[in-house]
Amino acid sequence: MLEVKQMVAGYGRLTALKGVDITVKKGEVVFVVGPNGAGKSTLLKTISGLMTPTGGEIRFQGERIDGRGPETLCRRGLALIPEGRHIFKTLTVQENLQVGAMIRKDSAEVRSDMEMVLDTFPILRERFKGVAGNLSGGEQQQLAIARSILQRPALLMIDEPSLGLAPLVIDQVYDSLRKLNETGLTLLIVEQSTGRIMELASRIYVLRNGKVVLEGDREELTDTSALDAAYFGFSSDAA
Amino acid sequence: MAYFIQVLIDAVALGSLYALVALAIGLVFGVMKLINFAQADYLTVGAYSLVIPTAAATPSMMFGGLPWALMIFCVVLSITVLALITERVAFRPLRNTDPTTLLISSFAVSYFLQSLIIMFHGGRPKSVSIGAALTRPIDILGLRVGGVQFLTMTVALLLLIALVLFLKRTSIGIQLRAAAEDFSMARLLGVAANRVIAIAFAISGILGGVISLLFVIQTGTLDIRMGIMPTVYAFFATVIGGIGSLPGAVLGGYIVGILSVFLQAYLPEEMRPFRDAGVFTIVILILLVRPQGLIVTSAAKERV
Repeated sequence: MLEVKQMVAGYGRLTALKGVDITVKKGEVVFVVGPNGAGKSTLLKTISGLMTPTGGEIRFQGERIDGRGPETLCRRGLALIPEGRHIFKTLTVQENLQVGAMIRKDSAEVRSDMEMVLDTFPILRERFKGVAGNLSGGEQQQLAIARSILQRPALLMIDEPSLGLAPLVIDQVYDSLRKLNETGLTLLIVEQSTGRIMELASRIYVLRNGKVVLEGDREELTDTSALDAAYFGFSSDAA
Repeated sequence: MAYFIQVLIDAVALGSLYALVALAIGLVFGVMKLINFAQADYLTVGAYSLVIPTAAATPSMMFGGLPWALMIFCVVLSITVLALITERVAFRPLRNTDPTTLLISSFAVSYFLQSLIIMFHGGRPKSVSIGAALTRPIDILGLRVGGVQFLTMTVALLLLIALVLFLKRTSIGIQLRAAAEDFSMARLLGVAANRVIAIAFAISGILGGVISLLFVIQTGTLDIRMGIMPTVYAFFATVIGGIGSLPGAVLGGYIVGILSVFLQAYLPEEMRPFRDAGVFTIVILILLVRPQGLIVTSAAKERV
């Protein structure tokens, strides 16, 4: 579904990604983990079109998409929830969801999808007319996910869904992500901590200093010492 | 008491005007992170479009000679087109640069438009009279209210209501608010960048056109710098309201407008020339207490 090949991207003179290869297949939950400054957010920003790569190529559903703007890519089925969720705090919950569904023309189905997300996240129904800025962190994350679901994406990318949330709330968020994946949604998730990812991941990439230093299926990485070594940059025999 | 109510009406009238200019500035800032100082010159050009370009001090009418409905239409349309052209030529190509570059570009547009007016109209102030019938005071519940003040207040409030309805009730209005709060996120959800920016500029042009007419009716003069003071006031309004917040811009507009009129009315006679200093002192005090403005948004921070 998504193929990133030898992608290079950065900010001015700083190269944040130095030739990254990542593949996401339909129905998978792929995690990209890595320490601060590894280039994880840059990766998602570049795939989503917020940044233009300076090298390599990105294919989504068989087509080259690098260099296209986010407003085009979201119409092709690519959704991103950036780090920090970025809900529209001054808009109501309802308006946030409306903006999410904006690119769709099938108004009858949008209505039924709206009901579906409000059933999935009952708190949003309760706060439907309220200003989104008053929601708690976990509720905001739910709103961000609900808003992106209403786009009906083929691939949903999330930058640190657990950031700043209490463990119990992270459970809820991961639970809803699992359910969404079971309905056929493909997920590409960036996390800084490796703690929670095993329960959900089909495949894992470890990113360090702008390069993929380890990749593998969940089964291959059940012994987490290799993962930790890659994450912290130890050579495996030293670990 | 009657004097107080008359002052209050003046204050609300001026406050509404500043609120409108502040909204125009706030909308454009929201979608582009640009403080558009050329907003001042949209006002000025709108006012000058009433008369035929000559160097004469009392020029004959151009749009000002048309029946009033047509006059309003022509002035507003011209300024809307002007705003859209400046966006296309001077701001859109610089959209991905930093805010400083955009700011410099807006100064350039501002000076360009002023020079253009000097070229066609000469630099001296002119007198022009439109809506003479409106300057008669009218009686409302025994109060004598200046016709112009009443008109300004009514028009500004109606425009404000129309704009709020547009921003709250229409899909494109909601998109515009979303984009004003968090432009990158709005683009990620499919809000077309060029379109919302153009709409924000079109609204700033429409507001600029209407406000220019209200100013000319009030002052009866044309001056190449006439747009600057209201725009500076409106800029302070957006800052004390909380830059990036549209309700904040309206609130700030009313605060500076009302302060300005009340200081003018109640300062001792010999201190009235320092009215602006008084207003800005209060602005500074507000900012010292609430540096982020009265209504805080996340629009100031950039990271996605």
